[in-house]
Amino acid sequence: MNITRRARRQAADDDGAPITALKGTTGRKPPRSRIILLSVITGLLALFWLSPFWFVTSNSFKEFGDILKDAAGVPDPFTLDNYSTAWESAGFVSAFFNSFFVTALAVVLMIGIGAMAAWRLARVPHRMNKLVFYIFVSAMIIPFQTIMIPIVQITSDLHLLDSRIGLVLIYLGLGMPLTVFFLHGFVSTAVPVSLEEAARIDGASSWQTFRYIVLPLLRPMLATLAILHTFWIWNDFLLPLLVLFDPEKRTIPLAVFQFFGRHANAWDLALATLVMGILPILVFFLAFQKHIIKGVAAGSVKG
Amino acid sequence: MNVSGLKTRERVSAPAAVAPPPRSRRRRLREIRRDIGFVGPGLLLFCIFVVAAFASSVYHSFTDWNVVTGDAPWVGADNYRAVLDDPRVADSAIFTAKFAVITTILANIIGLGLALLVTQPIFLAKVYRVMFFVPNVIGGVILGYVFRFIFSTAFGAIGDATGIGFFQLPWLGTPATGFWATVIVFVWKTSGYLMVIYVAAIVSIDDSLVEAATIDGANWWQMTRRVTLPLIMPAVTVSVFLTLSISTKLFDVNFALTNGGPYGSTEAFALNIYNEAFTYNNQGVASAKAVIFFVVVGFITIVQVSATKRREVQL
Repeated sequence: MNITRRARRQAADDDGAPITALKGTTGRKPPRSRIILLSVITGLLALFWLSPFWFVTSNSFKEFGDILKDAAGVPDPFTLDNYSTAWESAGFVSAFFNSFFVTALAVVLMIGIGAMAAWRLARVPHRMNKLVFYIFVSAMIIPFQTIMIPIVQITSDLHLLDSRIGLVLIYLGLGMPLTVFFLHGFVSTAVPVSLEEAARIDGASSWQTFRYIVLPLLRPMLATLAILHTFWIWNDFLLPLLVLFDPEKRTIPLAVFQFFGRHANAWDLALATLVMGILPILVFFLAFQKHIIKGVAAGSVKG
Repeated sequence: MNVSGLKTRERVSAPAAVAPPPRSRRRRLREIRRDIGFVGPGLLLFCIFVVAAFASSVYHSFTDWNVVTGDAPWVGADNYRAVLDDPRVADSAIFTAKFAVITTILANIIGLGLALLVTQPIFLAKVYRVMFFVPNVIGGVILGYVFRFIFSTAFGAIGDATGIGFFQLPWLGTPATGFWATVIVFVWKTSGYLMVIYVAAIVSIDDSLVEAATIDGANWWQMTRRVTLPLIMPAVTVSVFLTLSISTKLFDVNFALTNGGPYGSTEAFALNIYNEAFTYNNQGVASAKAVIFFVVVGFITIVQVSATKRREVQL
């Protein structure tokens, strides 16, 4: 097989984007000058694309007066005061901890109980289980607004209002459809029944088979789902808004919102808060971007 | 792979992935216990927070509900009639429909354009891909606030410096500019995501087709128009309906950027429901709106899912 074709296949398997030495969409290798020109143009476009972040970040290091004077320039003098003030005022330490706690717990539990349900529903599809699966899947079309009021009431009736654990439980309920849907299909392709039966012959219980044979084999899809759910739950705003009231329990989106409510035009502090709000999820994304993009590309990540 | 000597009639003829039905009562009980153990937790939480909530929503859409006191006297179709008569609902619906169509068109064109760009033979293509995707990663509320700053202060500064009228408009101050401001933020956020979908589609085009076209002497434009675009049509369908679905459900960005202002002129339907429920405390009417919303969104989503399924079959 021709060298460029092989390389291209490798690149596509890798994460779906071609590398520079390849033919691109013309099928012909263009002159070097053209490659450089296009690279520069795309680069400038990418920088322009991210320019809002420049505005927010650079101005977060300026004093309020300087922001109004020159919003587009480099900070001069450079100051960290905004950050120290906003850090305290927005309660960022607790907000970060809350977001982290809720997201981590919800994601871990979600893929756990989701995998359990999906495996069982896939392996033993008697009528009841088939019905359960269909209900799970059809619920995916329900938008959050349609059930938000009853969720508040139900949560209240269960005495789970203003509780981070309650929030986690709600996320588990909401996330089941998508999780079960993807894992159900994946179980059929990724877990050979022969392995399970071998385990059973060796005396393993259902639970042991699941824990030691099935679960490890589900890892790729579990990872994709974990990442997807992390973005959803970390950035989620409306549900925490409706269900959490104690300032100590706020998640990051909530903290940013409440901060803006109080300091609407204090741009110096507000921008510092925004930057702090953006950083964690941005770091997470950059750390896992390859996997994330691969997951989206494979169409296995639903919007 | 039958272990015990079962009679022929009872041997499983279906694929081995399915367990044979238990025959003894003890076995059946054990299987039920397993069903409950494995499926139970997820199903329970799902039933509490989704199924029961959905049923409650539908039920209460026919009542005059007060969530605080718990009263819910039956009013029949009154809520639905009120919804259809409400001019603010009409405004919201029109805003949402306009928004959904325009952002879907723009985001898909830009996403496709970025995908074509990023799949050219250039250096740092993967870095650029990540850069274009970043806006999608940040939460809608934070993005909304970011652009509150951009549209008011940053644009103002650029406008003063360059004198270009575009930047000197009161972006968040009038219904028309408020609409376009929201469009800009949403398109910025979503294009990167669509770009990734399109990149995957472009890269999956069979090399032999590209080579054949090259041999026939196709230039860049001909290649794109006659080879690339037709072959990624399934991805286009998926992306279009995906964007329609997401844009119709717009909330976070709307809430943070304009909060429906000025005077409710930029209030998308989801925000309208939220306000009805928690600002005006008409949970019955809000439930009616929520049910209508479900029907519309549900329809779009169903089309989207079947388009995705069709695409998977083709891949």
